[in-house]
Amino acid sequence: MQSLVIVAHGSHLNPDSSVPTHNHADTIRAVGAFDEVRTGFWKEAPSLREVLRTVEGDEIYVVPLFISEGYFTEQVIPRELRLDGWDVSEWDSDGLSASHTVLTATDIDREVHYCGPVGTHEAMTDVLVRRAESVTGDPDVGDGFGFAVVGHGTERNENSAKAIEYHADRIREMDRFDEVQALYMDEEPEVDDVTDYFESEDVVVVPLFIADGFHTQEDIPEDMGLTDDYRTGYDVPAVVDGHRIWYAGAVGTEGLTADVILERAEEAGASIGNALEAVRERTRSTGTSDSAGSNEPAMGD
Amino acid sequence: MTADDVVLSAEVFEAFRTAIADGPIDFDDLYARYDHETERFEFETTETTRTGLSEAGLHEAAEEYASYITNWWFVSSVLDDRSPDRVGFVRWLEAASEHSVPARYDALASGVSRSWGELHITATIDEFGDRSYELRHEDDTNVSADSLDAHSNPLDAREIGTFDERDRYRPLRTAPSLPTGWVFSDLSAIEVCETVDTFYPATIANWYRESDGTLDIDHWRDTAERQTGIYGIIDELDEAAVNRIAASCCVDSQCLKRREWEYDAETELAADGGSGVFPCREPCSLVVAAARKWTTLEREEPQTYEFELTPSEKEQLEALIDAVADDRTDDIREADVYEGANRYRARYLREKRIDEHGNLSGTPTHPEESEE
Ligand code: SF4
Repeated sequence: MQSLVIVAHGSHLNPDSSVPTHNHADTIRAVGAFDEVRTGFWKEAPSLREVLRTVEGDEIYVVPLFISEGYFTEQVIPRELRLDGWDVSEWDSDGLSASHTVLTATDIDREVHYCGPVGTHEAMTDVLVRRAESVTGDPDVGDGFGFAVVGHGTERNENSAKAIEYHADRIREMDRFDEVQALYMDEEPEVDDVTDYFESEDVVVVPLFIADGFHTQEDIPEDMGLTDDYRTGYDVPAVVDGHRIWYAGAVGTEGLTADVILERAEEAGASIGNALEAVRERTRSTGTSDSAGSNEPAMGD
Repeated sequence: MTADDVVLSAEVFEAFRTAIADGPIDFDDLYARYDHETERFEFETTETTRTGLSEAGLHEAAEEYASYITNWWFVSSVLDDRSPDRVGFVRWLEAASEHSVPARYDALASGVSRSWGELHITATIDEFGDRSYELRHEDDTNVSADSLDAHSNPLDAREIGTFDERDRYRPLRTAPSLPTGWVFSDLSAIEVCETVDTFYPATIANWYRESDGTLDIDHWRDTAERQTGIYGIIDELDEAAVNRIAASCCVDSQCLKRREWEYDAETELAADGGSGVFPCREPCSLVVAAARKWTTLEREEPQTYEFELTPSEKEQLEALIDAVADDRTDDIREADVYEGANRYRARYLREKRIDEHGNLSGTPTHPEESEE
């Protein structure tokens, strides 16, 4: 019996925080790639401490729904899941290349495949692009458009900036958008000055975040000048300094993120049949993502 | 229907006969074996002992005591391969360890109910011994199912449990604030476990471990010392503060888990752990996050302030704290000025006793700083 466990942050304050995790779990359940799909959270239930004891399978794949390698993937999750003998060198990563490792979870005395985070997987680039398609409503969006990938800067986590650069580079290499730029919340180039970095009139802005919350719904829209007060909402697109800003909200809400979770598990050895195609198809036609421009105020955590 | 009306299908009898041929069955008051030498069967329940049976004789006995056979079949087929905690839970739902098979069947025919947190779970049985389960809020026990929102997908419990009756987010899934008005009907044994585990994640697993004598408890100190990052400070809190936390967060009025963790293995907390059916094995993330705030608050030294209040005003402050602590503010009627925590009463007190800087009785919070 093969089990998938998606682990994520969750929130005590913001009910939207865990919504993408649950949606992606539902997508993966619907395509039947695993005998069971469970979710565990740092801030919600079941906790990371107890999620493994709810798992019935013997082939267990744990995929962190986090944006980058760092504190959570390297310290919190292995500690809370009680992965015996964990050491970050297990991943032999340069900050972007963590793939998977096999360790015994002492809580259940069974081996688990512990995967790298979703956000650094190459397939996440496709999710960013899909997000641009969703927010513009145009499956061929690119021509005449600039693309900004937004993240925290290096201040909080050096690897988080690496992930932003990595995906920005990959989108640039696609040669699909006229311009591509990585922007940050707490360092240069800053998201506040988004319009300075683009010549294109239309700019899609996609934050590399797992869930919508304080940063993506309040800070970034206000910083970019989409609105003076996030509570009054903003238009998509919104006109700022003569540019049309298509602000997409957190990339992790895009249904295709489920695909990246599956890719992580498959690379760790899960046999998932044709689930990848099924998920790509499913998330294209139904789109589990939030509708563009929905920006209900929410408290951050 | 009673246990005597249970029908043994050809399929179940065949499975029974095949299983005995492989080895004896000894389960819930049923014992049956096949003697390969004599080619005869033995069949025993609490009510009968039959030996030297031919296959026809076995069939006759099995039909007569069909409840025992279907009971065995339910556990060996439906629950086969499931984790022991779920099997244990499903068996607990029908009080399997307390009653004989026929007594249980008689009870199940009209429905056996159990409560689990705020959930009211009813198991019933049909003439083939197949179980089905209904689950609703305990406050809806006497409500007709037709007037409740019907659900059949266990995962619907996720959304039902996200907000309380007043649409406030429930960060603690085991808080006694589940909204009412819904029912899950016709669930299978697997589905009822799934639904319960969605409302109250991991409670079945922990309850089972406890009943099995293998519940691993992480006391406050274990948990506090494990923390890193911004929570690394909570191990500063002393036993008295931790006791206040347990009394604030973990009592039955706030959380339906029964707190089994203490300050450490030697030091019990005086606060009431509660009487919930499922245990809490370590401080949860909500308590850890709140403890971080209390850690920083407890670093402050007490100061002596001088306030002037009338006796009734002093009592009103106490009433305000009580109303917030007991989540009663929404229940106090707008015109009920006899309640200290009434809005108009609070506004009047503020007008009278709090100055334009927000200071009670005009007394600054940090007197030295405000003098500068
Ligand atoms: S720590 Fe307290 S509040 Fe948290 S789950 Fe346990 S009993 Fe409930």
